[in-house]
Amino acid sequence: MEALVAIIIAVLVGSGVYLVLRARTFPVILGLTLLSYGANLFVFISGRLKLDQVAVVGQSADPTDPLPQALVLTAIVIGFAMTAFLVVLALRAQGELGSDHVDGQRDALDGEQQDEQQNKGRR
Amino acid sequence: MNLGFLVLLPFLGAVLPPLAERWRFSRPALSWAAAVLPLLALGVLWFHGRRVFSGETVRQFVPWMPDLGLNLAFRLDGLALLFSLLVLGIGLLIILYARYYLSTNEKAGRFYAFLLLFMGAMMGVVTSNNLLLLVVFWELTSLSSFLLIGFWYHQTDARKGARMALAVTGMGGLALLAGAIVIGQVVGSYSLDDVLASGDLIRGHALYPLILCLVLLGVFTKSAQFPFHFWLPHAMSAPTPVSAYLHSATMVKAGVFLLARLYPALSGTDLWFFLVTGAGLATLLWGAIWALFQHDLKGLLAYSTISHLGLITMLFGLNAQLAAVAGVFHIINHATFKASLFMAAGIIDHETGTRDMRRINGLWKYMPYTAVLAMVASAAMAGVPLLNGFLSKEMFFAETLDTGQLGSLSWILPLGAVLGGVFSVAYSARFIHDVFFNGEPIDLPKYPPHEPPRYMKVPVEVLVALCLAVGIFPSLTVAALLEVAARATLGGTLPEYHLTIWHGFNVPLMMSIVALVGGVLVYSQRLRLFALNDRLPRFDAKLVFEARMQSLAKWAGTVSNTLRNGSLQSYTAWLLMVVALVLVTSVTGELLAGGDRDMLPLDGVALLCGGMLIVAAILTTVLHRHRMTAIMCLSVVGLVVSLMFVRFSAPDLALTQLSVEVVTILLLMLAMYFLPVRTRRESTMPRIGRDVVLSVLVGGGVGILAFMMMTSGVDSISPFFLENAKPGGGGTNVVNVILVDFRGFDTFGEIIVLGIAGMGIYALLKDLELYSPQTDSLGRPWAKDAHPLILVTISRPLLPLALMISVYIFLRGHNLPGGGFIAGLITSVALVLQYVASGVAWMHRRIPGDYHPVVALGVLLAGFTGVGAWYFGHPFLTSAFWHVHWPVVGEFEVATAMLFDTGVFLTVVGATLLILANLGKLSLLDDKGGAR
Repeated sequence: MEALVAIIIAVLVGSGVYLVLRARTFPVILGLTLLSYGANLFVFISGRLKLDQVAVVGQSADPTDPLPQALVLTAIVIGFAMTAFLVVLALRAQGELGSDHVDGQRDALDGEQQDEQQNKGRR
Repeated sequence: MNLGFLVLLPFLGAVLPPLAERWRFSRPALSWAAAVLPLLALGVLWFHGRRVFSGETVRQFVPWMPDLGLNLAFRLDGLALLFSLLVLGIGLLIILYARYYLSTNEKAGRFYAFLLLFMGAMMGVVTSNNLLLLVVFWELTSLSSFLLIGFWYHQTDARKGARMALAVTGMGGLALLAGAIVIGQVVGSYSLDDVLASGDLIRGHALYPLILCLVLLGVFTKSAQFPFHFWLPHAMSAPTPVSAYLHSATMVKAGVFLLARLYPALSGTDLWFFLVTGAGLATLLWGAIWALFQHDLKGLLAYSTISHLGLITMLFGLNAQLAAVAGVFHIINHATFKASLFMAAGIIDHETGTRDMRRINGLWKYMPYTAVLAMVASAAMAGVPLLNGFLSKEMFFAETLDTGQLGSLSWILPLGAVLGGVFSVAYSARFIHDVFFNGEPIDLPKYPPHEPPRYMKVPVEVLVALCLAVGIFPSLTVAALLEVAARATLGGTLPEYHLTIWHGFNVPLMMSIVALVGGVLVYSQRLRLFALNDRLPRFDAKLVFEARMQSLAKWAGTVSNTLRNGSLQSYTAWLLMVVALVLVTSVTGELLAGGDRDMLPLDGVALLCGGMLIVAAILTTVLHRHRMTAIMCLSVVGLVVSLMFVRFSAPDLALTQLSVEVVTILLLMLAMYFLPVRTRRESTMPRIGRDVVLSVLVGGGVGILAFMMMTSGVDSISPFFLENAKPGGGGTNVVNVILVDFRGFDTFGEIIVLGIAGMGIYALLKDLELYSPQTDSLGRPWAKDAHPLILVTISRPLLPLALMISVYIFLRGHNLPGGGFIAGLITSVALVLQYVASGVAWMHRRIPGDYHPVVALGVLLAGFTGVGAWYFGHPFLTSAFWHVHWPVVGEFEVATAMLFDTGVFLTVVGATLLILANLGKLSLLDDKGGAR
């Protein structure tokens, strides 16, 4: 089981890293979400894996480590806030620069895109 | 009375003149405002000075950062007393002088403020009894002199001169700091008392050469010793009162002060002799010769200052007690005659409008009184008998004769001294003859020049009177002060010396006569020398310095532009490469084998779910251009992660992950709507290859670390939480008790972060205009029915049910899985569902307000719960709990932690809705505007 969890974490982190390195904001957001799953799991498993030993007093003979869980719980919520902030930052960059490139470059529009924008009446 | 006042009063005084200026005080009142606190400081000095004269050393100690060895320790001994007198006394004269020097439209308040800042820093340098404190004040003098030299910041020269002075003395200051730290390491204390008492220890230590070089770098840069002398002439672009102050009694004297201060600790070795005497002699000659060739009045004085500083440095370098006494004596004499000469030069500049000695001639006729003062001071500078300069110069000549440290080459020192003396007489003669005689003035900007205002001359008169008094009656005037100062410099012992004008016909007197005659001869040949000098190639230290600085800046710019190329992609890649490097180098075969903890058996369900997650994660990556598919794959990942939490005994996490998953996917759908439809294929194959390698390395490394961690034993602090959750926190759900009680402060910080993120998003979305597509990525128009009937019908009755569950989850949270975070997320999901089903406008009619007050309320509630504990005398966020019996429900526990959890709940609801509702509103605007 431990090996499977380790592989899962490895795949999550690896996929996250690959997507974070992309040039456009949307894949980067996806990548960060995957990375945060991986990171949360990594912190979580520092309490080691235990089956059916919930950290509630009186319900388990050998309760699991509650501290990493408390840390991860807030991390999940903060992770959401961070993802949301990033999404909005990406939208703002899109609005200001007309581009979703992470380096803030303006796109040299290709012909098709220009047509599309003219047809749809940009701004 | 506290000794610290000596330092504090000038600093406090720096506040008064700008205030006086703001309140539109007259110029005299403003000058008084500047002078009053230094006068008080002089009073404090007088109070302590009597004790110093009776042989005591006054000390003051206030701990500041004792762990670092840095304390506000002050000491007033003879040397500090002498320098304090110079700094405060001449400073006051400068304040008086500047009142007339500065024109009425100049910001005198600012000027005095800088001057007093500098005065305070100097007082700190001379009275510190702690090496680190001394360095702090030392750097303060560099900074405040930068402000003073650059006072006329509209002039390029002033700016460049100030920058050069700061760069040179500042770098020296860094070297001095390093030196002070090494001394502290060697001695074991930064206290000056200890350092001065450990001279033998320092000199015998292997690090002595390093210490000496570092300290001397500080000294030589500050005191403008060769080869760091070049900043001083450029500092002449400062207003003349500044030059008079900085280059006579203070700034440059800080260097020689340090030589004198550390004399007992560092002197007495051959290395000291060669470095200090060598630099001193070179500076003495260089300064004296170039002073003659300056056509600028202040330039002449600047080079002469360099030369005299070289003389003082050389005296300290000779390793003879009498030489050190002569050095201290010359510090006093140079301060008096050089300050008065600078002031005289300022008067001449002020009255004629120029400082060019080729144009200023024959001023005797126009300003005879100033001429007399300047001539006496110049004579003192030249070392003419009956003036103070003569006495110390005579001692200097005698000392160069006495030293035998150079063996058969010992004649070099007296020869150099006489040569310096010759040129010193020559430039002094030029200052007298060229300016006040030598025909008529040529084309003066202000003509005819006349005597300055009466009181502008007073500071000069005072100083010139001192030159005469010391020169004629040395034993009545300066002897006592010199004695305590020299005794302090030498560390208690004092050689026998006689301050008399007439020592009989001896070699030093012959040397003086040679210098006087030779100097007059050299001066008479000056025109030939000038012509010769004009034919020499020009070498301007300023140009070299500026070029060096510019190439340094350019180089720094190139380096930082290469690293900081504006591409987030490359920063991320660099960062991850470092991570990969750390991971790869730390993974060993031992780690790969894992620990010795028993592993859980693998079962089919786990394998199936794990396989789903892995496939979904990889699909998200591979299909990230197909955005809808990618989001769906991502949601599979999130759901399996929450299943993992269920499996591995973390129900709280599973609930949180599940509800966050819902809002995250909603968020991504909204983002997808606004972002460009197509994600273009941009990465080249090598780039993709690099990224794949990076992700395999980082992912693999993290996976191996995770495996190693899971399979090794653990020594956790958690048993404490498990034991104390019930008795200490009043709850059985340990995770929740940790969140709201044990680590409540963390949680408090986290909800604040959540709130800030919400506010940040709100600010970012303000006035944002986005292009919204009217079709999906395949070109099909959006469905006309924005709010499908079935969804609306089902979602509305769901709301009260969801809210009820939320309340339930919240209430049980302290004892069973649940709590404020999860309840908040469930409520948010329920409300967001209404937004999705019925539309923003529909919701807005029912919940008209904004969500930021909810966030604020939540944070405040949590904060007040924490503060409430203070009221009962407990630390912040200590919780209390009671058991109450509710009818029907039964025994129920009420904890203050629940109030805190309510704060968490409100913040989570507020922030989540603030984020999603505002994003949703963007599409609403669009609905109204149609195709914008």
